[in-house]
Amino acid sequence: MKKNKLGGFSAYLGTLGALVILCVVLTIASKNFLTYSNIMSVLKQTTFTALLSTGMLLCLITAGIDLSVGANATFCACMCGMLVKNGMTNPVLLILIALIAGTLIGLINGTLLTRLHLPHPFVSTLGMKNFLWGAALLVTGSQMISGFPDGVMALGSATIGGFPVSFIVVVIIYVIMHILLTRTALGRSIYCAGGNMEATRLSGIDSANVLTFCYALSGFMAAIAGIVSIGRSGICNGANAIQPYDTDAIASCVIGGASFMGGKGTMFGTIIGALVIATLRNGFTLLSVDSAVQNMVLGLVIIGAVLLDVTREAMAAKARRKEAGAKA
Amino acid sequence: MSEYIVELKNCTKIFPGVKALDKMQLSVKPGEILGLIGENGAGKSTLIKVLTGVHKPDEGEIYVDGKQMTFHNPNESAAAGIACVYQELNIEKLLSITDNIFINKWIKGPGGLLDYATMHKKAKEVMASLGQDVDPTKAAGTFGMGVQQMIEIAKAVLIDAKMIIMDEPTSSLGEKEVEQLMKTCRDLRDRGIGIVFVSHKLEELFELCDRVEVIRDGQYIDTRDIKDWDNDSLIAAMVGRSLDNLFPKEFGVKGEVALKAEHLEEGGVLHDVSFEAYRGQVLGFAGLVGAGRTETMRAIFGADPLDSGKIYINGKEVTIKNPAQAIKAGIAFLTEDRKGQGLVLGEPIRNNLILANLKGFCNGIFLDQKKILEAGMKNIESLRIKTPSIDEIVGQLSGGNQQKVVIGKWVNTDAEIFIFDEPTRGIDVGAKIEVYNVMNRLVKEGKCVIMVSSEMPEILGMSDRVVVMREGEVKAVVDRDSKHFNQESLMKAAWGGTLDD
Repeated sequence: MKKNKLGGFSAYLGTLGALVILCVVLTIASKNFLTYSNIMSVLKQTTFTALLSTGMLLCLITAGIDLSVGANATFCACMCGMLVKNGMTNPVLLILIALIAGTLIGLINGTLLTRLHLPHPFVSTLGMKNFLWGAALLVTGSQMISGFPDGVMALGSATIGGFPVSFIVVVIIYVIMHILLTRTALGRSIYCAGGNMEATRLSGIDSANVLTFCYALSGFMAAIAGIVSIGRSGICNGANAIQPYDTDAIASCVIGGASFMGGKGTMFGTIIGALVIATLRNGFTLLSVDSAVQNMVLGLVIIGAVLLDVTREAMAAKARRKEAGAKA
Repeated sequence: MSEYIVELKNCTKIFPGVKALDKMQLSVKPGEILGLIGENGAGKSTLIKVLTGVHKPDEGEIYVDGKQMTFHNPNESAAAGIACVYQELNIEKLLSITDNIFINKWIKGPGGLLDYATMHKKAKEVMASLGQDVDPTKAAGTFGMGVQQMIEIAKAVLIDAKMIIMDEPTSSLGEKEVEQLMKTCRDLRDRGIGIVFVSHKLEELFELCDRVEVIRDGQYIDTRDIKDWDNDSLIAAMVGRSLDNLFPKEFGVKGEVALKAEHLEEGGVLHDVSFEAYRGQVLGFAGLVGAGRTETMRAIFGADPLDSGKIYINGKEVTIKNPAQAIKAGIAFLTEDRKGQGLVLGEPIRNNLILANLKGFCNGIFLDQKKILEAGMKNIESLRIKTPSIDEIVGQLSGGNQQKVVIGKWVNTDAEIFIFDEPTRGIDVGAKIEVYNVMNRLVKEGKCVIMVSSEMPEILGMSDRVVVMREGEVKAVVDRDSKHFNQESLMKAAWGGTLDD
């Protein structure tokens, strides 16, 4: 067990190292990087991606994917905006409605996959993304909406001595999710369903429910991210639904050790991945990198992360072959 | 010219820490079928991979037609005329038979475009020469395993292979397909091709081979003409000791009916299947591949839906709609496909062992790691799972040890009824006996064991009663003390004959 934990930690050394190097480079390149206020803004930036990555990670572990997380977050924010515009001011009710909407959308994603047997969630969640994009524009009349009540804004904007509350919430969520994934029967079922769906089903575990749970949770997290985005910008904008939030989330998970083949990935790795992405984006802003170049670099990072995943798999397979060959 | 087409001499292959082959030798004459047999881990796979150029030997020579060769990769070995039909076929299921046969060897017409007319014609010819009258334009995946294997053989024939290695070719075939394969092997032999036939099934070796080579622990043991081998001497050579009894059957005390199935119906698959299984007994299910035995078990376990029929456990009718309910009712089901349906290969032993009883290993909402570790260590010890650690990834274990992990998974559920579907398929003799001992222990504890098996000796060796199925129906139920408890009668029933009283 001890050996396992140590081995688990060493698996993050590469990613942690990348983050540290990135920070060192940015500290040298920009005198504004290593300042308290800038680090706090990196954490704020991390929050949104980290929330989306939570659900994304669960879906990736089950060998699936949720491409609708970004659009879902935007849609939930726009739902709130529409209600605010129509005179609703109760923040509890607004947050509750957003959470229910997001979870429901996740539930639909899960149901499409498990009960209606759509092949790979890539297709269904891509469809859902486009649907939500349109829906977000529809409910807001393609207008940006502002004037949210403080209660809704608080999650994304409140700070304690400059430290964003939203990041504390993320840490709490990540700790809970870590325990869920590693210490509970449901967590084990998620990994096993990702590793071998049929064997898991024949072991008496309702794989369909396990998968549906993952997508519903992904929707729930997207809704929280949507609320956070309102607090950060003070507005909601339906056009944001096609921002590359999903790819940021996928990149975070994969940088953190998740695999498209399923069965792998941890919360700890994912938060580091999310920090890497947020730091990169922050660095671009500080160095006033042209947004076109920003997109190109981020694209390369994602390709690099997937390449890393594939290389990792190939190396593991090679090690296994060597060992197996030695046994034969 | 040498007497042999392919000769391997003094071959040693060392992997980090292990001598996989130690002065191994193998020689194949043109026009003969050489059987190759050894326990799992004896070095068969490494030997094959050295011959096919996948591995480079550290020492030793390979001669083809008396000429010394060095293979750097599989292409060079193929060019020299050595082909291999691996156990896991390399078939592109969605592509046509022609595409599969001519992959990488396409025939091009004028202008460099593929000449499908010629390729289809040739594909049809070569498949016909292997006894397969098929339409080569159809997707390979639409044919059964037998035909798919023939496609692999056709590839070998097409490159004018001098020697074809067949790695456990019969393990996934039905009875008729095995017969066809054997016929093809004899045809190829008569054309002067040397065949290396790797098999775990002794009776196949006796039926087909001219000579048999035995290897053990990476070392060459012996090669003799088939007439100089018998069952006992082969096994003794293979395991290094004589196994007095391949089937160490022990008897439990026959108890109450644990499981009763009544008039099970599943459209086009099962028809009016009824049987009773008792505590303290092994109930064997015999029949040809496709007779509906696995389907019966899947239906009882709730893996596939039944159209109608009743299931009683301990005399009480139960409704089982999914595997979770079956497990709750006390049924354990070891599927025949342990990699696809029994194990999560990428997860460690620890997690696979608790998979069927996660709730039982929870303390409140959390998994009880201490309990999991204790139970896991107990499983590893009592089932003799050979592994460096409980955290070893299951995919890295040998077939026999993987099977033991599956057994452990079900032992941990406190089930009362254990269904073993082909429990010893693809595992070596030593591991087989350990699986039988688990069954013995279960029946002695008063549990009910149901064993589906296509190996007649196993059915006869281990069962207290046998149900024979054919085409989705129960054809006969035979007690161990009945005069029909023999291979001839059971096969007769399996082929549709009736047994008189």
